[in-house]
Amino acid sequence: MKRFLGFVKKEFLHIFRDVRTLIILFGIPAAQILLFGFVVSTDLKNAPVAFLDLSKDEMTQKVSDKICSSGFFRRSETLLNYNDIDKVLRKNKTKAVIIFEKDFGRKLISEGKAALSIITDGSEPNMATLITNYVTAIVTDFNRELAGTQATGTLLVQPEVRMFYNPSLKGHFMFVPGVITLIMILICALMTSITITREKEFGTMEVLLVSPLKPVQIILGKVLPYFILSIIDVIMILLLSWFVFGLPIKGSLILLLAESMLYILMSLSLGILISTVSKTMQQAIFISMVGMMLPTILLSGFIFPIENMAKIYGWISAIFPPRYFIVIIKNIMIKGTGFLYVWKETLILVAFTLAFIGLSIRNFRIRLG
Amino acid sequence: MRTIFYLIRKEFIQIFRDKFIGKAIFGVPIVQMLILVPAVTFEIKNVKLCIIDRDMTTESRGLVSQLEGSTFFKVKFSTFSEQEANNLLNKGKCDLVLQIPSGFGKETGKGNPGRLLVSVNAINAVNAQLSWAYLNGVIRDYNMNILSENIGSNTFASVPQIQVTNRYWYNELLNYKYYMLPGVLGILVLAIGFILAGLNMVKEKESGTIEQINVTPVKKYHFIIAKMVPFLIIGLIDLAVGLIIGKLTFNIPFEGNIALLFLGSTIFLIAVLGLALFMSTFSSTQQQFMFTAFFFIIIFVLMSGIFTPLESMPVWAQKFDLINPAAYVMRINRMVMLKGSTFQDISRDIYSLILIAVAFTALAVNRYRKTA
Repeated sequence: MKRFLGFVKKEFLHIFRDVRTLIILFGIPAAQILLFGFVVSTDLKNAPVAFLDLSKDEMTQKVSDKICSSGFFRRSETLLNYNDIDKVLRKNKTKAVIIFEKDFGRKLISEGKAALSIITDGSEPNMATLITNYVTAIVTDFNRELAGTQATGTLLVQPEVRMFYNPSLKGHFMFVPGVITLIMILICALMTSITITREKEFGTMEVLLVSPLKPVQIILGKVLPYFILSIIDVIMILLLSWFVFGLPIKGSLILLLAESMLYILMSLSLGILISTVSKTMQQAIFISMVGMMLPTILLSGFIFPIENMAKIYGWISAIFPPRYFIVIIKNIMIKGTGFLYVWKETLILVAFTLAFIGLSIRNFRIRLG
Repeated sequence: MRTIFYLIRKEFIQIFRDKFIGKAIFGVPIVQMLILVPAVTFEIKNVKLCIIDRDMTTESRGLVSQLEGSTFFKVKFSTFSEQEANNLLNKGKCDLVLQIPSGFGKETGKGNPGRLLVSVNAINAVNAQLSWAYLNGVIRDYNMNILSENIGSNTFASVPQIQVTNRYWYNELLNYKYYMLPGVLGILVLAIGFILAGLNMVKEKESGTIEQINVTPVKKYHFIIAKMVPFLIIGLIDLAVGLIIGKLTFNIPFEGNIALLFLGSTIFLIAVLGLALFMSTFSSTQQQFMFTAFFFIIIFVLMSGIFTPLESMPVWAQKFDLINPAAYVMRINRMVMLKGSTFQDISRDIYSLILIAVAFTALAVNRYRKTA
């Protein structure tokens, strides 16, 4: 036991000696949380909009003022004719052009209707949809004001909406679970597979294997520091998201930590499995990065919901464990549901862990080369 | 000049001697393109709906059938218990619960406003907003229908209305693949260039071969240029492969001048390679470089505007993007490919990118020491 503890201490020293490893361990999670929290957002704010006003009357002035004063848009350019539209859009000076038809105000009053068209830059589909929806909503609002008291009954059906779990529609609710899932796969699978293959590549594995330590102890000793560091990481991410974004944990904290430990264990066994099949660090990096990182980001429902993808991606993602952990963590953290809602996913993670450990034992060679 | 040529030849031989890397250089981009481009979408399909119809009148049924007819919604459940509906929402079996209170049909029949209660699973804020907007659209249509039935078209027309029409230019059907492909091409070139060039430099250090170069009369800038050119060529070939795949499998339109796209990517690659070589001087092992590279690539990519619009970022982040080469290339790629922008249209971005490329390369040459 004392021997084993000494070995674990050596592993810890290895980790702390290298600043870059520490960057990966603690810098990336922190940077990601802050980036996702403050930078990556899909909200519409001050989007540049150009106006092509063929009428130039009081009414068009009112409508455009209302659009610009909403806070979602700012006036970027005033165009004079249709040919300018392509020019400003091509230069990326504006995201959308709003066109008022000729005699806008006169038509509105005498004929009761006037046309406004929105041309958006479809090369950014999300932005284009948002802008169209927002401008339409603002104009609908304007219509209602215009109608004033003479038609209070215009809107017969009034829906009341409640946004469940995330009333203020913050993005944090999506990315905090995602970052935890991603970081743990990264640290556990990538780091353990690298440390083990590193010993192989440098030939120091042989030194360890001829020592009185049993192979199981060697592997456990390699894995234990990362297990502890990963748990610290989870706690750090939870604290950061709480203090910086005020994201609460609705469900049981103990259940959340227990499930995280299960997921860490699964990732660690995956890391060991990767190390048993790769000969060099570069191969291990490659398998962990290309094989694990991309699917984790893309196919786990981290940023892009799986339901919206083509069917085949739903099937492919079924063999990637992060997908299940994201469901678990969202349920516990945000919805506040208990174990009864996530037992199926938990069981799947347990099965993955056992499978990875079993395969590693089968592949593990005491002799090298 | 001849020195550089020989050095470049040496680099090429070295790169392709490693069979694994040789395959990965061209295999990874192909796989990435095929997986990344179609997977990434914000498009919403099949929003799962649960309906609590407490009213059961022709009016409420009319609304439900209108929802059933829309392509976005799928009425999955129909129940009378609010608790069951909440349960379904909790389990993630449905995304939206629409409650029609009793008396809805009676009220709207009389011309009074009828209430509806909608609960949305909003963990994914973007999705929630979009599905709510779609639902609102359906309800608005429904409103219009009963309005014209109830009041008759005469009185309705007397209310002045601004009619909104809209069009999406450059991408009429809002195909997300068109949006993602130019961005993914940028990331691809960034990752390949950054990682390969840096690892290559550090490997020379790790195995000590760099000292053999150091004792030759090769100039510092010779060495740096020789390290950059091979990866520049590989990056551009990858770009061409990516474009061909995009054309063949996703039928991406190409509006602009292809030479302009390659010009932009060449300058971008020089900037990326300069930065990679500069950073490699701080690392002594491949592992260390991998980690540093990983850290920077994540930041560059997330802040480049590939998934989210730059305008929505805070001001300090927009300032940072002035030195983020990925942000420029993302813009240039999309503008040239989708909108057919000309050199004049993107000249400012090109000039800034040249400035960054020169600065990073100068830093790399300056930091590289011929002493051990």
